[in-house]
Amino acid sequence: MEQEKRLMLGNEAVAQGAWEAGLRVAASYPGTPSTEVTECLSKYPEIHCQWASNEKVAAEVAFGAAMAGGRSITCMKHVGVNVAADPIFTAAYTGVSAGMVIVCADDPAMHSSQNEQDSRYYARAAHIPMLEPADSQECKDFTKLAFELSEELDTPVFVRLTTRIAHARSAVSIGQRQDIALKPYEKNAMKYVMMPAMARKRHPVVEEREKLLAQKANCMAINRVEMRDTRVGIVTSGACYQYVRDAMPDASTLKLGLVYPLPMELIANFAARVDRLIVIEELEGLIEREIKAAGIGCEGKNLTGVQGELSVEKLRTVLCGAQPCAAAGTDLPVRPPVLCPGCPHRGVFYAINRLGLSVMGDIGCYTLAALAPLSAMDACLCMGASIGMAGGAERAQGKDFSRKTVAVLGDSTFIHSGITSLIDAVYNQETITVVILDNRITGMTGHQQNPASGKDIHNQPAPQLNIEKLVESCGVNDIAIVDPFDLKATEEALRAATAREEVSVIIARRPCALLDKTPRKPYVIDGCKGCGACMKLSCPAIERHGKLVQINAALCNGCGMCRQVCPFKAIKCGEEC
Amino acid sequence: MKNFDLVIVGVGGQGTLLASKILGHLALNEGCGVKVSEVHGMSQRGGSVITHVRVGNEVHSPIVADGEADFLLSFEELEAARAASFLKESGVAIVNTQVIWPMPVITGAAQYPEQPLACFAQRVECADALAIAAECGSQKALNLVLLGMLSRHLFFSEEAWKTSIAACVPAKTLEINLAAFARGRALCR
Repeated sequence: MEQEKRLMLGNEAVAQGAWEAGLRVAASYPGTPSTEVTECLSKYPEIHCQWASNEKVAAEVAFGAAMAGGRSITCMKHVGVNVAADPIFTAAYTGVSAGMVIVCADDPAMHSSQNEQDSRYYARAAHIPMLEPADSQECKDFTKLAFELSEELDTPVFVRLTTRIAHARSAVSIGQRQDIALKPYEKNAMKYVMMPAMARKRHPVVEEREKLLAQKANCMAINRVEMRDTRVGIVTSGACYQYVRDAMPDASTLKLGLVYPLPMELIANFAARVDRLIVIEELEGLIEREIKAAGIGCEGKNLTGVQGELSVEKLRTVLCGAQPCAAAGTDLPVRPPVLCPGCPHRGVFYAINRLGLSVMGDIGCYTLAALAPLSAMDACLCMGASIGMAGGAERAQGKDFSRKTVAVLGDSTFIHSGITSLIDAVYNQETITVVILDNRITGMTGHQQNPASGKDIHNQPAPQLNIEKLVESCGVNDIAIVDPFDLKATEEALRAATAREEVSVIIARRPCALLDKTPRKPYVIDGCKGCGACMKLSCPAIERHGKLVQINAALCNGCGMCRQVCPFKAIKCGEEC
Repeated sequence: MKNFDLVIVGVGGQGTLLASKILGHLALNEGCGVKVSEVHGMSQRGGSVITHVRVGNEVHSPIVADGEADFLLSFEELEAARAASFLKESGVAIVNTQVIWPMPVITGAAQYPEQPLACFAQRVECADALAIAAECGSQKALNLVLLGMLSRHLFFSEEAWKTSIAACVPAKTLEINLAAFARGRALCR
């Protein structure tokens, strides 16, 4: 019987592969472009799947499950690996009992990220094998293989995706779930308690394992030589392999499925069979460097550079001498993403601008407030950094600086890595003001539940974190809860909190506009004087037509913030007209 | 047309992903090789969004190369202009004539182009797909109006289209979506 084929997102196919491989436990923190792996995993009843409060916790839960005998997975975006790196590096020493797979999704060109770091360096640094699929079928197959390798070699295994693999759909053959027995739990302190004496015994195991795999890699089917024209031979992997096939269909290729450790004998043999060896890889020249270190001449980053994504066009230009296409449409008005109409974050940033405060920002939808015309953010670094940055700025500039500065972060980001920073600020007697934008959801990644939302990954009721009580137990005395739709109250709370010489926390609480189904009538403008006061809200529904302003009824969410800011009382609720 | 490259553009929140989902399902069901590349994350936040659909015997890159698209399906006029360079000389642009102002136009910092579609030397087929969808029962069915217009240019049978639409849209909206598809298909006769 022919196998059923389905068109699957790369992320969906990873989940299918994990399910077929008998996966028992999945724990992740959402992050584009990795989020859908875990969302898809949550739909299989045989898998225990949960959102963790951050990637470090997620990796620890997955490690605990694998150590206790059940196959496990944790999925994160590239910068999430930074957060999870601590347990991951040492898990390479202890090894696992049941298979453990770490999916990390890189984002070359930064479609939805703050940097374009290359996760392959983590594989090298932690001595953990890394597989890189090139389409959805491989996403499924490589995930299954990753579990086998993990158990065979007793190590966690990375599966690396990039945006163009994670978020592309292609055909996948659907298989059955393997019946993988739960391994019995065995206490083994020499293997799992990483104190110096034990860790020194485990480090040689890591080295041996890596040598073994590097040898085995030379005959693994996923490292595939395709001989065509021998004038050019290209070593490549992942999405780049697809670009190479389109740009240079006649070139010989060595497609690497295992990108760490590298099959050096296979590469050397391939190099000997072609006139010119070129490595095509996105971001860092990691494969190229290893090949050169092995004494094999090759080209790579001199042609492609280290920035952004590669593409068929770019490869045609650098490999075949094609003329680069002229950039089109550059004179057209740009369309950046914006805070939605009715977004509660808008009220907070409007009030912040009224008071002329500096803003130490953070990661989430609200980072969009950095864009004009709100332009209400001074810095945004990584998850949870806002609180630490505000504290450091106070230490450098003095307490007066905190009288005109706020740290702003969302509920999910606060739980992810803001809590420890808040404790630190209280402990070190800083006088900063922290605004927690509590919209009851993890928004930017597409509405995932979190500990403050009161629901689990299956949308079932879960214990709800009480943010104000948590903040209080951190030692914060000055706590205010405001409705960000109430601009006057929000501004007043900001004014009072920043004035105090102690750590203050304002919780701006209102659900995400995309989830709040409260029916509200759109507002209308009657008698606009063209003063532009409402334009400062930066609402997509408030449009300037010549000198005057109109509200686009199709977009207006009826939040009423614009009515509060109109000095001529020209903005009215549709019902009042 | 057996092999084709198509680019779908619009504004986040307009429902472009459903159109690519139906196309992908259809191509796979009809035994074609297919890859669809989507943009997630920011797509609900009102920015420019683009989806690539490649159909053929052997599809490698999931991204349509500049100047190689046979079809451009645009949900908005300015976004059509922005993606114009994807379309090959013999390509066809199918455009919903809706205008959605981006933030620089809303604030008065930039002007919405007077005739965004004037940049096309290729064949452009326009329709007020939003109004047609509304007549069929829901503005959300605008993507089915555009797919109906596209269907005239492709080799898939009407039955095959209907099967894939039924597989991809919620059952309770099927009637509206099929009506919108039929209206779009009739436009290009």
